[in-house]
Amino acid sequence: MKNSSNSPYNNSLNLNDENVELIGNNGIKGWFDQGFTWLVYTFTAITVAMLFVMSWTIFQEARPAIAKFGIKFLWGQDWDVGNEIFGALPYIYGTLVSSAIAILFAFPVGLAVALVTSENFLPRSIQTTLAFVVQLIAAIPSVIIGLWGIFVFIPVLEPLQRLIAKYFSWIPLFNTTEPFGTNMLTAGIILAIMILPTIAAISRDVLLAIPKELRSSSMALGSTRWETIFRVLLPAGFSGIVSAAMLALGRALGETMAVTMVIGNSSQISASLLDPGYTIPSVIANEFAEADRGLHIGALTYLGLVLFGVTLFVNIGAILLVEWVGKKNR
Amino acid sequence: MSGYQKSGIEPSFANELFTPLPKSRQFFTYLMNAIALGFTVIALIPLLSILWEIISRGISGLKLEMFVNPVIDFGFGNAILGTVVIVSIAALLSVPVGILTGIFLAEFGRINPAANFVRFITNILTGVPSIVVGVFAYSINVFVTKTFSAIAAGFALATIMLPVIVLTTEEALKLVPTDQRLASAALGGNRLQTTFRIVITAALPAITTGILLAVARASGETAPLIFTALFSLDWSEGLLSPTASLPVLIYNLYNDPDPQKHQLVWTTSIVLLSLILFVSIISRLITSKRKIK
Repeated sequence: MKNSSNSPYNNSLNLNDENVELIGNNGIKGWFDQGFTWLVYTFTAITVAMLFVMSWTIFQEARPAIAKFGIKFLWGQDWDVGNEIFGALPYIYGTLVSSAIAILFAFPVGLAVALVTSENFLPRSIQTTLAFVVQLIAAIPSVIIGLWGIFVFIPVLEPLQRLIAKYFSWIPLFNTTEPFGTNMLTAGIILAIMILPTIAAISRDVLLAIPKELRSSSMALGSTRWETIFRVLLPAGFSGIVSAAMLALGRALGETMAVTMVIGNSSQISASLLDPGYTIPSVIANEFAEADRGLHIGALTYLGLVLFGVTLFVNIGAILLVEWVGKKNR
Repeated sequence: MSGYQKSGIEPSFANELFTPLPKSRQFFTYLMNAIALGFTVIALIPLLSILWEIISRGISGLKLEMFVNPVIDFGFGNAILGTVVIVSIAALLSVPVGILTGIFLAEFGRINPAANFVRFITNILTGVPSIVVGVFAYSINVFVTKTFSAIAAGFALATIMLPVIVLTTEEALKLVPTDQRLASAALGGNRLQTTFRIVITAALPAITTGILLAVARASGETAPLIFTALFSLDWSEGLLSPTASLPVLIYNLYNDPDPQKHQLVWTTSIVLLSLILFVSIISRLITSKRKIK
C-alpha cells in the first residue's frame, strides 16, 4: 500500500497524497490550527475510549455475580431469582441455536439474492432495485418485525409446525406434541429475515469485486453460467462471503426485540426446535428494568458480558477476514 | 460439409462444436436459475407482507388527534415527542464526536497505524449488540442520576449512532479529491481552513446523509430504551424522568387486551415505519447517485 492510490501526482510528484501534511504554523492562525488538531485528537480518543469504558463498566457491574458464581455460571442450568441462584446455560443455548437456525436459512437465500443482483440474470435497473428493496428490510425496526412475527407470521407458520410435529416427532429436533408457534424455530426464521440484508449486501459487493477476466476465461473454456459460479466465482469470493455470514451471525446473536416477542421465553432447555426457548438479549430485556440492584442485576450484566464477548469474537473475526481479503485483492 | 473441409476443420470436431449441451448440464442450469430466482422472491415476501399488514391494519385507526394526545388518551403524542427528544440528545452527543473522528480518519493520515486502530475500534463498536449498549448506559447514567431518564436513553442511542457517523463521514471525506486540498494549501490555507472551508463544504451532503441514516437507525432502536428511558403513559415531566418513545410504545402495548390500545400499536407502527423508511430511502437515494458519479 505504498503510493498506490490513483492520483496523477504519484509519479510526477514525490507526494504520498493519502498523507498530505496541510498543517500551517504562522501566528494566530497556527494556534487555531494547533487547537483544531488537539480537538480532533481528543474527540477521536473519546470514540476509542467508548469501547474500553463500555467493557470496563459492564465488567464492574457484573463483578458481584462473577465473584459469586465464577466460570460455573456458564453451565449452570437454574435461574431462580428468589433464591439468588443464577445459571446461564439455557440462555447461551437459546442464543446459539436460534442464531444457527438463522444462518442456516439466511445464508442460501442471501447468497441467491447476491448472485441474482450481481450476475446478469436480469436487466441492470431491476437488479439495483432488487438490491435496494432487500436492503430496506434492514431499516425496519426490530420491534415492528416482532409485531409482524406474532400477529401475521406465526398464524401462518403454526399449522405447518403442527404438521411437522405430527409426522416427524420421531426426530428429536421436532419432538413436541403441541407446538404453539412461539418457539426456537420461529425465532430462528425471524432472525433469518433480519440478517438477510447483511449477507446479501456484503456478498454482492464481494461478487462484484471479482475481476471480469476470471468469469470470461471460465466461460471461454465452455462452462455454463452456474458451473462458472460454483467453480470460479464462489471459490474466489469464499472468504468474503464467509465474513459476510459471520457479520450476520454477530447481528443475530445480539438481536433482541423481535426474538423476545416470538421465542416463547422459557428457560427450559429442550432438544426440540418446536419448544419455546430463551436468549441472552431476551432475558436482559425482560428482567433488567425490574431487577434489584445486587446479585440479580449482576447476573444479568454477567450475561451481557458473555454476549459481548461472543459477539466481539465473531465480529473481530469477520473484520479481520474482510481486511485480509481487501489486502489480498489489492 | 464442404465448407469445413475447405477451412481444414475435422468433421468430427465440427460435429462436437454444434452438439447442444448434455441434458444433465442443461438441467442443472435451469434448476439453479429457478432456485436462485425463487429464493430472491422468497426474500422479498417478508418486506412486502410487513408493509402491507401494517398499512392495512393500522390505517383505519389513524386519526389526527392521536398526534396530540398522550398514550393514556389513546394517542402517541408523548411518544413522538419522547423519540424526538431522545434522538436529539443522541445526535447532539454523537454528531460532533463522530464527525471529528471521521476527520481524523480521512484527513490526518489515512493509512497510519493510529488511524487503522481507530477504524478497527469503530468497526467493533458497530457490532456491539444494542442490548449491551443499553446495559452500559444504564450502569453509567441510571446509576449516577438514580432515575430512568431521556438523557440516559440519549446516551445509549449516541453510542449506537457514533460508529455509523464516523464511518460515513470518513467515506464522504475520502470522495473529496486530494487536488482540492493541495490547491487550498498552495493558497496558504492551513489545516483548519482547508478542512472546514474546502473539504467539509464539499462533503456536507454526504455527511448529512450519514447522520440521517444514523438517526433513522437510532429512532427504531428499542432494546436500549426499555431500561434507560423506560416508558410513561403521559407526557414526560422533564429530561430526568421516564420518557415514552414510539418503539417502546409498540413493545409495551402489543399484548394489551384492550382493542383500542391494540389498534394504537398498529397505527404507531405506520408512523414509526414511514418516518424511518422515508429518511433511509431519501438518504440511500442520495448516496447511490453519488457513487455512480
